Amino acid sequence: MLVGDLQTTLTPEELEYGRRQLGREPNALEWALIDAEWSEHCSYKSSKTTLSQLPTSGERVLLGPGYDSGVVDIGDGYVIALHIESHNHPSAIEPYGGAATGIGGVVRDILCMGTTPIAFLDSLRFGDITRSDHSKWIMKNVIRGIADYGNCIGVPTVAGEVEFDESFERNCLVDVVCLGVGRKDELLLAQATHPGDSVYLVGGSTGRDGIHGSTFASRTLTADSESDRSAVQIPDPFTKKLIIEATLESNTAKILRGCKDLGGGGLATGLSEIADKGGTGLEVCLEAIPIREPDMSPIEILISESQERMLLVAKEGTEPVLSGIMRKYGIAYARIAKVTNTEVISIVHCGRLIASLPTSFLANAPIIHRTSRVPQFRKPVPLQEHHVDSHEVLLALLASPTVTSKEWVYRQYDHEVGIRTVAKPGEADAAVVKLPNGKLAAIKVDGNSRLCQLDPYVGAAAVLAECCRNVVAVGAEPIAFLDHCQFGDPNDEEIFWSFSTTVKALADFARTASLPCVGGKVSFYNQDELTGTAIKPSPVIAVLGLIEKPEHVTKIAFRNDGDSVIVVGNTEAELGGSEFNHLLGIADGAAPRLNAELEIRTQRSVLECIRNGLVNACHDCSKAGIAAALSKMAVAGNKGAEIELERESVRIADHELLFSESNSRFLLTTKNPREIVNYLSSLDVPATNIGRVTGDTLRVKLRSRELSWSVEALRDAFHNSLQRIMEPWQK
Amino acid sequence: MNLDTQLIWHNDFTTTSFDAVIIPGGFSFGDHLRAGIIAASSPATEIVRRMANDGKPVLGICNGFQILIEAGLLPGALLRNSSLKFVCKWMKLHIRNNDSAFTCKFEKESEARMPIAHNEGRFFAEEDVLNRLEAEDSIVMTYADENPTGTSRGITAVTNKDRNVVGMMPHPERASDLALGGTDGLKVFESMVEWARC
Repeated sequence: MLVGDLQTTLTPEELEYGRRQLGREPNALEWALIDAEWSEHCSYKSSKTTLSQLPTSGERVLLGPGYDSGVVDIGDGYVIALHIESHNHPSAIEPYGGAATGIGGVVRDILCMGTTPIAFLDSLRFGDITRSDHSKWIMKNVIRGIADYGNCIGVPTVAGEVEFDESFERNCLVDVVCLGVGRKDELLLAQATHPGDSVYLVGGSTGRDGIHGSTFASRTLTADSESDRSAVQIPDPFTKKLIIEATLESNTAKILRGCKDLGGGGLATGLSEIADKGGTGLEVCLEAIPIREPDMSPIEILISESQERMLLVAKEGTEPVLSGIMRKYGIAYARIAKVTNTEVISIVHCGRLIASLPTSFLANAPIIHRTSRVPQFRKPVPLQEHHVDSHEVLLALLASPTVTSKEWVYRQYDHEVGIRTVAKPGEADAAVVKLPNGKLAAIKVDGNSRLCQLDPYVGAAAVLAECCRNVVAVGAEPIAFLDHCQFGDPNDEEIFWSFSTTVKALADFARTASLPCVGGKVSFYNQDELTGTAIKPSPVIAVLGLIEKPEHVTKIAFRNDGDSVIVVGNTEAELGGSEFNHLLGIADGAAPRLNAELEIRTQRSVLECIRNGLVNACHDCSKAGIAAALSKMAVAGNKGAEIELERESVRIADHELLFSESNSRFLLTTKNPREIVNYLSSLDVPATNIGRVTGDTLRVKLRSRELSWSVEALRDAFHNSLQRIMEPWQK
Repeated sequence: MNLDTQLIWHNDFTTTSFDAVIIPGGFSFGDHLRAGIIAASSPATEIVRRMANDGKPVLGICNGFQILIEAGLLPGALLRNSSLKFVCKWMKLHIRNNDSAFTCKFEKESEARMPIAHNEGRFFAEEDVLNRLEAEDSIVMTYADENPTGTSRGITAVTNKDRNVVGMMPHPERASDLALGGTDGLKVFESMVEWARC
């Protein structure tokens, strides 16, 4: 829609609301500022009401949603900051720059809390790479973008996940989680609280790249989107590295009062948010902003999303210290605004006032109350008896893109820089990094769009539950989570229903688990206008856990011959939404049930076993069932096992026993099987000793037959398949 | 290890009074132009050169190795990996020379495990240069089984004639803590102490 010459995503009602609140017609520059700040991307105007259901407080929570990062107290005077960001639209158009600037964005969110970024995780969704060269091209460049940027700034990418589904063919999802660590007494906020303070723009100059980036992310991609490449920013990791060091050094020098990253909406959003949070106003001097091209208009300067820029709010009289630090790192800086007590953002150009808007008006978009409608779900069709060769099916599942090892991906990431990474990719269910207080952080990111498509409520809760299980499996207690809700066009009432159902599921599970949500994102409009198809509902969850002692760290590899293998939890005939069904082309079915209370009890009791030193290896039993979980433990430890999976119940077929994706299950190995089984049984947590670690073959005895795979064959299927797909020319 | 060490910003590195210098990995100047080449012409590298000429132990790790090569303190070139991809992986290394400043505490022909993490670490030199390095025993480490980057003759660490300057692509500092995967890298630093004492 057009206001004057300005293209805007604002609705007629929002334009009217704006005029009414101001009591006048804003000028073009003012409309542009409003448009950027009120975009869905920046304002959460459609999702705010729904998101308020999530539990956000807890004894460790220092800052929850609404800040650039969530912050939790990890004791001994230290904090962890964590945040998740996506760069979906840019990555769909320009995968290398889109993914790289996504990394660059999330690292600024951590930095502006005054914490040092210490780890990235990436959660990626692409089309079917076994069929689509386009998706292969997107994937290859997204990963190269993350690797080039993350490796260069010296922050390790320690874990992640990749899911493949045709609904992501034209709308890939690129989510990055960043973890930061810092001292509690050095925590910074994104606010300008003291009139008289100065606001500095540091880092790169402002150019025409990333113009309208956040409004571009607030609509669906169309056939013309290729021409939106100028809305994708240009990454410069070296400048970012210098900004990281300079910002942290300025913080340590105690000259800063606030810090704000410049991301979506550029200066327009950054300036209005620091003033709004601080309850102040700003007088912005437009000509002080260093620009890359001489003929940029005021609108372009203020909404540009050029990368590698930060806003620092410095105490009065500290300019000499700040300039010394910036000179040391060779970073450009400019004093662009003064904090005032007017609660108005004024833009001044060469002494002339060219825009003036009340801070809280600009920073708070009117809420949109959207309607939702329950979609017609297809009734699950009773499945026919499958006569499958489970031996071949396991190898095929281990080789399938979603299940198979992502070694081809994580080899390209420096996952050790900084010398903190204790559990590296492929070694454990979650990444484990050392913390300065002697404890360790466990962190995992997860999603499952096929399950969420089948049943948004159970699917979302199951993703959060599994992510917690992963963190427990490495010996950590879950202490906080982030959610990133990714959906199609929220104007579609069924899509909005999926979104609100997802948030309700997360809120319900989180309350039962007493797990606070400390941040997140919402990304709508992940929809292809050409075909009208939206992505499958894709909530992506990151869970942070804390490990009290280094000896609690538990990995997945079979360690000792003779260790007993125990399955915790019950396996039901639950193949709905499973990798097994996907392999067989079955899209229907019921999602596996989730009993939140049993799930949490199971997790807490398994953690207790780990803390008591009873567990040698632990692995969450999820995608592709017990069979895949056993295989991964065998491959990681280079040891086989003899397993018996006979069941008295005749309801459950062999392939269900092997591949069912029932919730609330772990596999663990131990020297003390009786102690573990007795302890778990006493808490009403099902646990069965199913065999022992031995030899170099995985043997599984079922009711009617015995199956066996050499560890070598499992390794080949699990570790080499992704490379065969991505680089078929390699040996 | 109880050593007196200092982390020095490149512009502040103006004295040769230290006993040894280590140029760590990273992306000096963002790898612009070519990995290591801008840092190689910085004033800090001149100090490194003087310390090297004085016979003091000088170690370049990863990007540090790239800088030492670009500065002409070590022979050869470090090209883009043959896979054209960054590789981050723990490798089994073969210790070929144990009389350098950074390997004198290793057993000759022993094996060590350390990780690599780089995009431009494919050591390359002309055949006659490689033959000379072999003859002079200047090849410090080679990959023991797999060659992950396509490097000439599996070479991943070299030294100069005087044995005091060593460049290596593997990261010994990442292999100095059992919790992080191994401690073989500690011997690199222990060797440096031993060498500086003699």
